[in-house]
Order: sequence, then structure tokens, then C-alpha cells
Amino acid sequence: MRSRATLHAWLMLAPAMVLLLAFTHYPAVATFWHSLFTMPRAARPARFIGAENYVALLEDPIFWQALTNNLIYAAATIPLSVGLALAMALWVNGRIAGRTLLRMAYFTPTVLPMIAVANLWLFFYTPDYGLIDRLTRALLGWGPTNWIGAQETALGAMVAVAVWKEAGFFMIFYLAALQAIPPSLHEAAAVEGASRARTFFRVTLPLLGPTTLFILVNAVINAFRLVDHILVMTRGGPDNATALLMTYIYELGFRFWDTATAAALTMVLLGLLALAAAAQFLMLEKRTHYR
Amino acid sequence: MSATTAPIPNPVIPTRIGAWVETAAAWLLGLVWIAPLLYAFWAAFHSTGYAAHFDPAAPLTFENFAAAWNAAPFGRYFLNTFVLVTMILAGQLVLCTLAAFAFARAAFPGSGFLFALVLVQLMVMPDVLIVENYRTMRLLGLVDTILAIGLPYMASGFGIFLLRQAFRQVPKELEEAARVEGCGTLGILMRVYVPLARPIYLAYGLTSVSYHWNNFLWPLVITNQVETRPLTVGLAVFASTDQGIDWAVISAATLLTAAPLLLGFLLFQRQFVQSFMRAGIR
Repeated sequence: MRSRATLHAWLMLAPAMVLLLAFTHYPAVATFWHSLFTMPRAARPARFIGAENYVALLEDPIFWQALTNNLIYAAATIPLSVGLALAMALWVNGRIAGRTLLRMAYFTPTVLPMIAVANLWLFFYTPDYGLIDRLTRALLGWGPTNWIGAQETALGAMVAVAVWKEAGFFMIFYLAALQAIPPSLHEAAAVEGASRARTFFRVTLPLLGPTTLFILVNAVINAFRLVDHILVMTRGGPDNATALLMTYIYELGFRFWDTATAAALTMVLLGLLALAAAAQFLMLEKRTHYR
Repeated sequence: MSATTAPIPNPVIPTRIGAWVETAAAWLLGLVWIAPLLYAFWAAFHSTGYAAHFDPAAPLTFENFAAAWNAAPFGRYFLNTFVLVTMILAGQLVLCTLAAFAFARAAFPGSGFLFALVLVQLMVMPDVLIVENYRTMRLLGLVDTILAIGLPYMASGFGIFLLRQAFRQVPKELEEAARVEGCGTLGILMRVYVPLARPIYLAYGLTSVSYHWNNFLWPLVITNQVETRPLTVGLAVFASTDQGIDWAVISAATLLTAAPLLLGFLLFQRQFVQSFMRAGIR
């Protein structure tokens, strides 16, 4: 009887596990394996070269730029999108005028394809003719700015699009968490005469801890994964100013067909994601001790 | 209890000004958030001359939609995306249901280890492993097929996790009652567990459809021709090569691409929002 139940369980698991192993675990291991070999070409098969692909990567200035860009990109998009998401959730959860309409406005970017969004923002960023330049001219008297064509502003422009796309999505989770807070807690704080700021920092924010952690994990993954808008808007340019790890992997793997270096770069990205996972795990551990 | 609490003595003036400022900030942010979509509507329904010239009296036109539709095989792209999204969702529902049921109810040796393997996918998504997955697809002879776009996503770690949580909430007594009635394992799954997890299925289905409707990088890599390209890749190809910078036509094409999800969202706003909430709470 027991062995039959085990057999049933294995049969039910098998299809999902086969696909998971084939397209998540196998490629992760195979990436590592292939990162230790040269690129196979028509006449020469792949040759084992140890860490040489990694050394080449370390000597590649574009790699360092992509890594730096990606860290800046993450350091900007994560706090901005999470902070805005929290503000949005607090507004929409409170008694603000027209909150149904506001909630819809905040959430809409979530259901739009990033590619479609990129096209629209491309127009907003157009020098002189685009909406942003018209606004800055009318309000601040600025001249035309090539937002995505200039080294200094291109990465910031990409950050803005990502924050715009993600904040409404994260807002939903905060909204769910806020609605789960029993009103009696806020009433108690009000009876005690606590100010709104004090109530927020002492009551609301601690209760939002687990949600914040969940959102942070998603924000971190997206900061390294979601590059659709960059591929369409700048292709990593100008002069690699918006190159991120993922866009460089795409470039190496599918434009230069240098799959060996692309494999080494993928390993770097996987390493960063593993670090993020470890950090999340440690934070969860700490939280349980804290309770 | 709130009926008996005395009115809270709050400094009235600062809060009122504060509330005004906050409302203004909230609305300003909302305006920025909706602006690209509003602009897309403006540009798509007016002739190109009005793309950056906002005259309320400008005549409306549908020509941009016709031009976009005729300039690229959007009909085919729609069909491809529809087939893709349906196939992925069907695969996910079947595979994740079976796997989640095994994890939720059967205690068998190695289940903890296998479940840890499933959770790995929450961090290491197929999106990141495009180079190696492309190699696999070439080996399988699947490059440039819709099946190849969907295959890596069908065994979804997220789906298995979500359904396992839902299945564990089902009271054991219901399962025992069904067993007494003569249900087999699959019968119990289909008659007891699946119906009770319906809200989770709706939540997961909506998130999955919107994710794969909008997915871009992997489809871009694995498809090369009109017959397999989904809408997102088709739109990118269209906007980058064929069109130059005719914003009116690009806006029309953009709206076409986003229309099904956008309409669904506007009609079923509550379900959408609640589904995304449900899928997030784990």
C-alpha cells in the first residue's frame, strides 16, 4: 500500500520534474560545463581551457561596464519602485478622492507588454519633439535633450521606464497586506494619540515586513532579468551606457555567437542571483529569531 | 467600539494642508502613470500630423490601425500568441496540478529534496538560461517552433508552489470521505482538490497569461519567421524596421498588441487585482 502511494507520487511528479530538469537544472549545469571550453567551430571541436573564458571576461571592459551599469540600475530601480509602490498602496488604501481611478492608473502598466511600453517611451524621450522635452522647455526653459542618446542620461531613462512598469505591480502586494491589518491596531494607536507618522513607523511598517521582503526578492530578480525595454530602446547603447548583464549575454550569445563567453557571463549572473537568494534566506532566518 | 471613542484631538490645519498636498501628489503620480497610454490613444486615433500637436478639435481617424494591420502580419502574430499562451497555460495546469498534489499529500522518500529542486526555479528562471536552452532546442530540432517558446515554462516552479499551498489547506476528512465513496487517487484530485482551489487557479491563470502574452526575450531568440513569432516580437520587428518613426502607426500597432489584456483588465478589474494579490501571497 505504501509503496503504491510512492509509485503514484512519482508518476504524478515525473512529467513536471522531467521538464524542470531539462530546462532549468540541466541548462544551469551545462552552462557551467560549457563555460570551461572554447567555442566549437566548424573545423575545430570545443577544447577544454579551464577558467580562460572567465579571465577573458575579467579583461573585457564591456563586461565591467555592464556589471557596473547593472548594479547602478538595481540600486536605483529597487528602492524607487518599492518606495513608490508603498506610497501608492497607502494612498489607494486611504480615503483619497477618486481612489478607484487612481488604482487603475497605477496598475495599468503591469498589463501592458514591455515592448509596447518601450515604443511609447521612445516617443516621450525623443529630443525636441518628444513630450518630456516639450515639458522641460515649457516649465524650465531647457533646450532639447537627447535622453536615451546621451551617455549621462540613457541609464537613468531606462531606470525610469522600469520603475514606471513595476511600481503598480508591487503596489498590489502592499495593498493586500494593508487590508489584512486589523483596524483595531490603528484605532489603538489613535487612542494613544500617536501621530500619523508614528503610527506608520511603529504599527504599519513592521507589519508590512514579510510583504516587503517578498517584493524585494521580485525587484532584485527583475533588475537582472527584465531587459526587454533596453533591447528595443537602446540595444545597450550609446557606447554601452545602458548595457546590462542580460543584454550583454544576448549580444554575445546571439549576435556574435560567442556562446563560450556568454556561458561564463551567465554563470556570473547566476552567482549574483544565488547571492540574492542566500540574502533572502538569511533575512527570513533572522526574522523568525526576532519573533 | 469606534462609536464610543472620543473624537481624536488632532491639529486640524496642518493635516488639512497635508491631505491636500498628498492628494495632489497622488494624482500627479497617477497622471504620469497613465500618460503613456493616454498618449497612445491620442496618437493612434489622429492622423500623423497631430502626433505631437494636441488640438482637441483634431479629426478622429481609424486609418492608423488599418495601416498597421496591413503593414505587418498582425493577424498571424495574434494567432501565434493565442496558440502559445493557451498551450503554456494548458501544460502548466496539468503538470503543476499533478506535481503539487504529489507534494501536498504524499509523504514519500526524497520529496523534500525534489521540492527544493522545484523552488530553485523561483530564482533561476528559464529567462536567464537562453543560451543553453537554445542549444537544447537545436538538438531537439525545435528551433523556430511555438512549442519551443512554451516548453521551458510549462513545468512552472511558481505554479507548483502556489497549488501545493492551496492543496494543503484542503481538510483531510474530505479526501477520506471521497475515498470511502470509492474515488481513486485521480478521482479525489479532480473531484475534491481542484474544485476547492478554483480561486488559486484563476489567479495563477491570469498571471500566467499576462506574463506570456508580454514575454519577449526568449521568443525573440528562438523564433525567426512570421509563422512562429508572437505579437511582442512581431511588434518589435515592425517598429524597428518597417516603420521609421511614424508615431501614429506605431501607437496604433502598440494598442492593438496590448488591447486584449487591456480590455480584459478594464472589464474584470477586480478579478485581475485580486488574482495578482492571491498569486503574490504565499
